[in-house]
Amino acid sequence: MTIEGWILILGFTLIVAALARPVGLYLDAVYAGRRTWLTPLVAPVERGIYALAGVRPQEAQGWRTYAVGVVVFSLVSALVVHAILRLQGVLPFNPQGFEGVPPAIAANTAVSFVTNTNWQSYGGETTMSHLSQMAALTVQNFASAAVGMAVAVAVSRGIAARGSGTLGNFWVDLMRGVLYVLLPACVVLALPYVALGIPQTLAGSLQASTLEGPTQDIAVGPVASQVAIKMLGTNGGGFFNANAAHPLENTGALTNFIQMVSIFVLGAGLCVTFGRIVGDERQGWAILAAMGSLFLVGVGLTYWAESHASAALVAAGVDPSAGNMEGKETRFGIAASALFAVVTTAASCGAVNAMHDSFTPLGGMVPMVNMMLGEVIVGGVGAGLYGMLVFVLLTVFIAGLMVGRTPTWLGKRIEAREVRLAVFAILAAPFAILVGTAFAAAGAGTAGVQDGGPHGFSEMLYAFTSAGANNGSAFGGLTATSDFWAYGLAAAMMVGRFLIIVPVLAIAGALSTRSPAAASAGAFPTSGPLFVGLLVAIVLIVGGLTFFPALALGPLAEATASGLF
Amino acid sequence: MLVHLRPALVLVALLTALTGIAYPLGVTGLAAAVFPHQAAGSPVTRDGVVVGSSLVGQSFSQPQYFWGRPSAAGEGYDGRASSGSNLGPTSQALADRVRAEAARHGVPVSRIPPELLTASGSGLDPHISRQAALFQVARVASARGLPVDDVQALVEARVEPRFAGVLGEEWVNILALNMALDAMPLANAAPGAGVP
Amino acid sequence: MSDRPRAPGLLDPAILVPAARDAFAKLLPTRLWRNPVMFATAVVAAHVTWVFLRDLATGTGQPVFAGQIALWLWVTAWFACFAEAVAEGRGKAQAASLRRARSELTARRLVNGAAQPAVAASDLTPGELVEVVAGELVPADGEVIEGVATVDESAITGESAPVIREAGGDRSAVTAGTRVLSDRIVVKVTAVQGSTFLDRMIALVEGASRRKTPNEIALTVLLSGLSLVFVLAVATIPALAAWSGGGVGVIALAALFVALIPTTIGGLLSAIGIAGMDRLVRFNVLATSGRAVEAAGDVDVLLLDKTGTITLGDRQAVAFLPAPGVAERDLADAAWLASLSDETPEGRSIVVLAKEKFGMRGRDMAPAHARFVPFTAQTRMSGVDLEGSSVRKGAVDAVMAHVAAMPGARTLAPEVRAAAEGVARGGGTPLAVARDQTLLGIVHLKDVVKGGVNERFAELRRMGIRTVMITGDNPLTAAAIAAEAGVDDFLAEAKPEDKLDLIRREQAAGRLVAMCGDGTNDAPALAQADVGVAMQTGTPAAREAGNMIDLDSDPTKLIEVVSIGKQLLMTRGALTTFSIANGVAKYFAIIPALFAGIYPGLSALNLMQLGSAESAVLSAIIFNAIVIPMLIPLALRGVRWRPAPAARLLAGNLALYGVGGLVAPFVGIKLIDLAVNALNLV
Repeated sequence: MTIEGWILILGFTLIVAALARPVGLYLDAVYAGRRTWLTPLVAPVERGIYALAGVRPQEAQGWRTYAVGVVVFSLVSALVVHAILRLQGVLPFNPQGFEGVPPAIAANTAVSFVTNTNWQSYGGETTMSHLSQMAALTVQNFASAAVGMAVAVAVSRGIAARGSGTLGNFWVDLMRGVLYVLLPACVVLALPYVALGIPQTLAGSLQASTLEGPTQDIAVGPVASQVAIKMLGTNGGGFFNANAAHPLENTGALTNFIQMVSIFVLGAGLCVTFGRIVGDERQGWAILAAMGSLFLVGVGLTYWAESHASAALVAAGVDPSAGNMEGKETRFGIAASALFAVVTTAASCGAVNAMHDSFTPLGGMVPMVNMMLGEVIVGGVGAGLYGMLVFVLLTVFIAGLMVGRTPTWLGKRIEAREVRLAVFAILAAPFAILVGTAFAAAGAGTAGVQDGGPHGFSEMLYAFTSAGANNGSAFGGLTATSDFWAYGLAAAMMVGRFLIIVPVLAIAGALSTRSPAAASAGAFPTSGPLFVGLLVAIVLIVGGLTFFPALALGPLAEATASGLF
Repeated sequence: MLVHLRPALVLVALLTALTGIAYPLGVTGLAAAVFPHQAAGSPVTRDGVVVGSSLVGQSFSQPQYFWGRPSAAGEGYDGRASSGSNLGPTSQALADRVRAEAARHGVPVSRIPPELLTASGSGLDPHISRQAALFQVARVASARGLPVDDVQALVEARVEPRFAGVLGEEWVNILALNMALDAMPLANAAPGAGVP
Repeated sequence: MSDRPRAPGLLDPAILVPAARDAFAKLLPTRLWRNPVMFATAVVAAHVTWVFLRDLATGTGQPVFAGQIALWLWVTAWFACFAEAVAEGRGKAQAASLRRARSELTARRLVNGAAQPAVAASDLTPGELVEVVAGELVPADGEVIEGVATVDESAITGESAPVIREAGGDRSAVTAGTRVLSDRIVVKVTAVQGSTFLDRMIALVEGASRRKTPNEIALTVLLSGLSLVFVLAVATIPALAAWSGGGVGVIALAALFVALIPTTIGGLLSAIGIAGMDRLVRFNVLATSGRAVEAAGDVDVLLLDKTGTITLGDRQAVAFLPAPGVAERDLADAAWLASLSDETPEGRSIVVLAKEKFGMRGRDMAPAHARFVPFTAQTRMSGVDLEGSSVRKGAVDAVMAHVAAMPGARTLAPEVRAAAEGVARGGGTPLAVARDQTLLGIVHLKDVVKGGVNERFAELRRMGIRTVMITGDNPLTAAAIAAEAGVDDFLAEAKPEDKLDLIRREQAAGRLVAMCGDGTNDAPALAQADVGVAMQTGTPAAREAGNMIDLDSDPTKLIEVVSIGKQLLMTRGALTTFSIANGVAKYFAIIPALFAGIYPGLSALNLMQLGSAESAVLSAIIFNAIVIPMLIPLALRGVRWRPAPAARLLAGNLALYGVGGLVAPFVGIKLIDLAVNALNLV
């Protein structure tokens, strides 16, 4: 571990924290329909779109209508993506002449991009035409992120509502997220990315005759435009197989830093937006503080672990203190790779700038734990916030009892119905992860595993964890192209997305029908350090107790067998 | 359900047109106009021939060149098949590969800078560290019949500092270094140790 | 002498022995399924028992180990049932004596003014009239419509001093099972057997009509959800471990599951609820539902009647303020004369003050032909007419008007009016005194704020509860008393409708309101309040409207009621936290034991250095079981707490039950493991 490494980590944290407020205020203005500096440009387009789509923008929806909108839109999206992937062989923008994507992979990919997971069981540069990358995958990078933000905002509105019973209009929230936030930001980001070396071309490859003679065929394409949205929308699906480790997808320290900040910036900003919507910004900061604490612990642990050579390297004679450079890029080094790994799994991004499979057991466990905790550490755009709000609800419930009052949150009583829905939402991801891994480990998925022993188990566990948590990163040693993996992971992604969104919207719906009571001096503040600490403890204990056996059989068994690293 | 179908279909279609076609094509057009070199993948030419991308590593195995890191991209530095080894931290295959790699350098593992023994995440890592470059100076100099000091000076001149003093790592771009090496006058070149 | 037995101690064998027996009956699946956590425990226990019997029969496996685990799992479930039975047992003893009071009730109907022969009380219907004379038991709840009687209500309240019950007014309610000691009353039946106050009380103390409260339901959902998470976590273990090719012991798995699910809180949850009601009952407050008790914990605003709650029921004379040119002694003399016949506390206090200041003693009034003029609502004065002279004291306006109307009245001193206003501003009540046409001055009557109320209200404020004083006084007086007593707000010149409006306003702002009342005109407000405590001495209407009844008719107890409600919720929260935090240590005990055969390296997780895999599992299960009875006293007594801001309460409880819950099992399991190994149990 180096001074520069820690400066990077702390500097990154501070910059994200500094950006949270301006971004959060902007998002608040956008979703509240207030005037922003983009309004003159975008509002006419927006009105035209609603007219075309038959959307009445003033119409506020109850939670059921909102949820049906989310599900129908996602379903239609998945079918369109699936169709494009299957038909890419006969569609334009296919300079390499790729054939249609096989059905299982196409289905897996469609679900994967629609659920903001962007798990890739294919190599981008060897499978996808430019049209597929742009019209199918990039579109969903925008859409799935906008859906996540819309749900988070709708949930915040429900919590703040004064008995109206409505959460806003899904179609409006969806389009505002794209038109006012994601698209302008990506346009702004994409050109600097090109300037820093990330390609943006319709050509398929760059042919070179190398210094030693053989030709090198370097895949290129419209990369910068996709990188801009894949980070900002916490999608993470790479243009290239090696994702952000690829030197054309992430060319150096600066692009790496911008990409990491992009991953966190909207999620962090949404916390502030939440605070503004419920009328007390500190509520949002408290949530962000809880996320930040969990984040820093994870980064510290990963950085420490990765600063040691792994057991295999030591066995071959490498100096134990050399650091684990297997699977990492020289231009990033240990610190930026460890930081990126934690950022990408804390948020539900899933882009990687180093191969997690080659991390030391504990270094690789932190990304897994990040996902297992429900990706509530900043989290996927929107998904992190609404996931964390479920934990907040449980924390308020337990803490409320402990101070001798019927638990109330922001002036609203929490009753059996909300607790039931919260439990349901919290169960969804563990269900997908543990049941999926159980089937895989019992034999259904062992064929694709690269390593034996606990590490092989970790590969399977990581795959279902990544799918269930809608992350998309992988222990890449696993070959997940079999039908079991393609469909099993797709099912896990669906469960991890919609069986959380629907109950969370239902909670918001229930809360939206109640009028908040005046803040009582007898209720404990949900914005102080004590509450933040309790929230962190609840997240850790619920997640920890759920996954301890699985972690024991994977990373912990590997760590204890190999002398920790 | 049905009332949701129209907005869903229309918005998917509009989003496809807007974010899937207009956005990437617009950015492509802008990029071609403003940063045509980077947009095309930062090609490097010598004598009018594209010899690679300044950002992408390529395979070097001859003794007169600085070598990059082991690559798991295809057969090695395959520009169409980026990949890490994905070998786990307790993998026997990883330990074996490290030993084999060390044998290529001809010295014990413990004396070799670790990144020359470990595969990068992309398999296309264009860089090695300063130490890793300096470690190879003796071999390259002797293969080229150049004074060790000249080669060393060349390496030192090509070390890129950290961005803004903190971001990233110190590194040397191997393709650039090797091209500079090829461009060096073969003043005291030993016969037969030339450039292909 | 009280008929009602005092509540038994925590570990009274008279309760423990029957409870131990009842606990077995509660293990029946038909009764256990209401408690999902314990039901799951029993299912697992049954399974392990089957494994034990199978191993015993076939001579394979580890029957000794399986047998002990099965035993402890059953013990865990039994302990939970035992906790509930103990909590119920405490109420049952009280119910038994109440039932005796109910059994022999007979009634004599009154038809057209004539008493009929005695019939069983159960034959009565509401609206009928019955006659009760000295020595008889009141046959049914009702309202006195004729007569006055002293009644012994000790069977209900435990209070041995007899109380007055009379027709009209706010002391008209009589309760079935109480004994009339003197005189004769006619009672209009308002509730018949089966729904009388006595019946409700029996049901309440027995817990028979106990339904889960909203908070309890929510908590049960949470605990069931956590149990489901652990079903997932544990049930997938064999498949997850299959990859490694190693087997996982089914007994250890079963043990892990029970150790993880929140058995501690699951086992004690209903006991906590019953005990909370029981604490109220022993405090001589009856709650009509558990919901009311919980609501008491949530109260934001307390409405308190000034008289009797904040101040001593009566005002005391503290000073004589003579008019200009009048000697203080003359004023005192006149006031003393006017008060001699005044039996109200105010009147007596004037006599006492005059005696203290000027040594006035009783004199023979007869020769002076004194005639006493009582106070009436019309005159708002009382006094005495002596030969040739009349003395009056009363409301300042009334006395002044009286004097002004007298022939030859002197000009009234503005100083007197100013003095009266000064008294009122200071929270006192001015009483004017006049002799004939001369206004002599003012007697300063002062409300005496009860000792210690200031501290009580400060406590409430720390808990986040606002106190509002309700008084008929004018705003000036009210403000002064409010300031002295330290209440947050007051409602002056309050009429019953004002009270109701105030409650509605507070509720509209989302606040929960508690109040107490006794009169019929309090009934709407009692019904509207979230917690309405009716006085046992009150009218039947008031008793019906409230959701709690204070048998001691002591309005200050509202504060304790709030405390008990809070304590109930807190106990649940604290034990939930403790229970969940326990899971961490149990993992560290059982997981290494479970997987050590597959990955020996995992023994590094055996932080407690437990002797063997079997002893680790057994120790964790034993700890899991015995922690339930160890916490029964806490569950029944409730967690200790002192009023403090919520954040501090939370911090304190987290430190004790959260951190304690993390640490305690590490120590406990280690100690048990030492014992298990020393005894060679496995």
